[in-house]
Amino acid sequence: MSTNGKPKIAFFDFTSCEGCQLTVLDSLQTHPELLQVVEIVQFREAMSEKGEDYLVAFIEGSCTRQSDEARLQKIREQAALVVALGTCAHLGGVNTLKALHPLEDVRRYVYGDLASHYETYDARPIDAVIKVDFAIPGCPIDRDEFVACVKALLLGKKPPIPDYPVCVECKLKENTCLYKLGMTCLGPISRAGCKAICPSYGQSCEACRGYITNPNDSSMRNVLAEHGLTMEDIESMYTMFTTYQVQQKLMQK
Amino acid sequence: MDKRIDVHHVTRVEGHGNIVVEVSNGLLKECRFDVVETPRFFEAMLRGRSYQEASHITSRICGICATGHATASLRASENALGVELSRQTQLLRKLTFHGEILDSHVLHVYMLVAPDFLGVGSVIPLASSNPEVVLRALHMKKLAGDLCAVVTGRHTHPIAMTVGGFSHFPTADELKALRQRLVDCRIDVDATVDLGATLPWPNFERDTEYISLHKPDEYAFIDGEIMSSDGPTLPAERYKEVTNEFLVPHSSAKHTRHRRESYMVGALARFNNNFEQLHPRAKQAAEKLGIKPKVTNTYLNSAAQVVEIVHCVEDAIQIIDQLLEVGIHHEEPSPVTLKECNGVGVCEVPRGMLIHHYWIGADGKLTGANCIIPTNQNIANLESDMKALVPTIMHKEHKEMQLDLEMLVRAYDPCISCSVHVLKLESK
Repeated sequence: MSTNGKPKIAFFDFTSCEGCQLTVLDSLQTHPELLQVVEIVQFREAMSEKGEDYLVAFIEGSCTRQSDEARLQKIREQAALVVALGTCAHLGGVNTLKALHPLEDVRRYVYGDLASHYETYDARPIDAVIKVDFAIPGCPIDRDEFVACVKALLLGKKPPIPDYPVCVECKLKENTCLYKLGMTCLGPISRAGCKAICPSYGQSCEACRGYITNPNDSSMRNVLAEHGLTMEDIESMYTMFTTYQVQQKLMQK
Repeated sequence: MDKRIDVHHVTRVEGHGNIVVEVSNGLLKECRFDVVETPRFFEAMLRGRSYQEASHITSRICGICATGHATASLRASENALGVELSRQTQLLRKLTFHGEILDSHVLHVYMLVAPDFLGVGSVIPLASSNPEVVLRALHMKKLAGDLCAVVTGRHTHPIAMTVGGFSHFPTADELKALRQRLVDCRIDVDATVDLGATLPWPNFERDTEYISLHKPDEYAFIDGEIMSSDGPTLPAERYKEVTNEFLVPHSSAKHTRHRRESYMVGALARFNNNFEQLHPRAKQAAEKLGIKPKVTNTYLNSAAQVVEIVHCVEDAIQIIDQLLEVGIHHEEPSPVTLKECNGVGVCEVPRGMLIHHYWIGADGKLTGANCIIPTNQNIANLESDMKALVPTIMHKEHKEMQLDLEMLVRAYDPCISCSVHVLKLESK
């Protein structure tokens, strides 16, 4: 722990766009006081100092190669709490689209004859490799939710992540339901907490935050089919962020 | 003299790269920038996905230039399908694009580069020692982020931009409020120019080729022709004649070259090629910073970014005025007729020229994709710079020499996770 009462935290990135860490930096715009209550000992993108005595590790990115597993395990050994930051770490995210094609084909397509030089395997969430204590979902994370989660962790409480569908937030915002506008949406089975941002800006929810516990998946598919989506279209919607969950049949996340 | 510099995962850059420099008996033996980022495989993943999803998938290539990737993606699909854009759509796209340039440049100058000049490892200690500087940076970033949020929902992974138009529109009140904040921001912008004018930019000169987009009557960020400081200027569709990508064994990102062994893209290249198109206030800022084309000091890329911060704030105000003059209208996106086609989209994202080339099948699904990333284009130039720099610094203490090399890497504002977007050659 620390000598000044401030818990030591660190940020790590694996295969990701680093958008979640950037959102963490952006949260300082409205909450600069965050820097007073924690001590950041490692955050490669933003600072040069590198401390290894962290209590809480925030990890962004999915695990996409064998050699990253050792790095994840080292972090798990050091940290008392491991928090998955964003969809890539939480669910695998966009990186898992790769699994819709044979791996060898993907490698050759991009690197041709040098394919074997570039190490890769099927992208997976970090909890496929190490035990994860909490996840902050979203692609990217929502900065207000991030602040609320940090506050909760500092108070020794579980981060407040909702387990009800995005529809609830759309209704609270009095959005016109996308289905009424001739579109479709995974809102009924997707986890809220994002303030229904995509439907609010006219785009379907595609479950970047994952699914609620025990989602009514079969009814959702029926509704989508009734609204004109083919099997292929439905698979596309489900696989945008959660190819891993679909392939592993893990709809409880 | 023998020296070895090994920096594993350079800090304060986006993505993962290593510096490897070895000097033996006073001669340079090794001098590389290894891109060790995990391969991302986006081009392969785009195959079989609908053209309507492409911008949402490719924005996830990068958190800082998400809007840039989405824009290049949309332009590629639109050029492939022959989709025309309304004036309103073009203005809204430019507006949110400026938001991203501002956000990225402020991040780079204040949080990634300035700490080196102020002798600290990050912006965090500056929060205690120079709070007004840090608060100014956060304030400017917030405005930039809010600008994007009003137009597309958010800057990292924009939502409302779609092929042919938008799925959501800002209100006149929202734009007016932003306009006022942009005007008020001029104080912060001027303070940024003053800061830039006092920073002790290292002396380093190496003439190279500078490549950027170009338009005759505006400082080009979206669309344009490809211009080289060595000539010629080519239509965007002929990008391959300029980029000539090749693989190197020590990097998961490809390198490029045109007329010389390497070329540079980014703010400095844009500044050198398109100075005339800058807003007058931006030209004044350049004067204050003591830079005018042709600048051949890589470190001054960050100074060119400061000039662009001035330009983007002023241009954003003008764009809002143009939008408010006619009022915002809810428009359906331009109609699309599917057919087998391919098209190229080009943008100048914060770090330089970005190209997306898509092949789309008659069913609207992508059959192939090519992405050429600014940082790919800079890596060869970075290595050439390193080779020129090392002989002049090899007499220094190890720590100082390492810092000089890290600062050189940071000067490029590299976006390494983007750069492992290696491309595919043909779709069929």
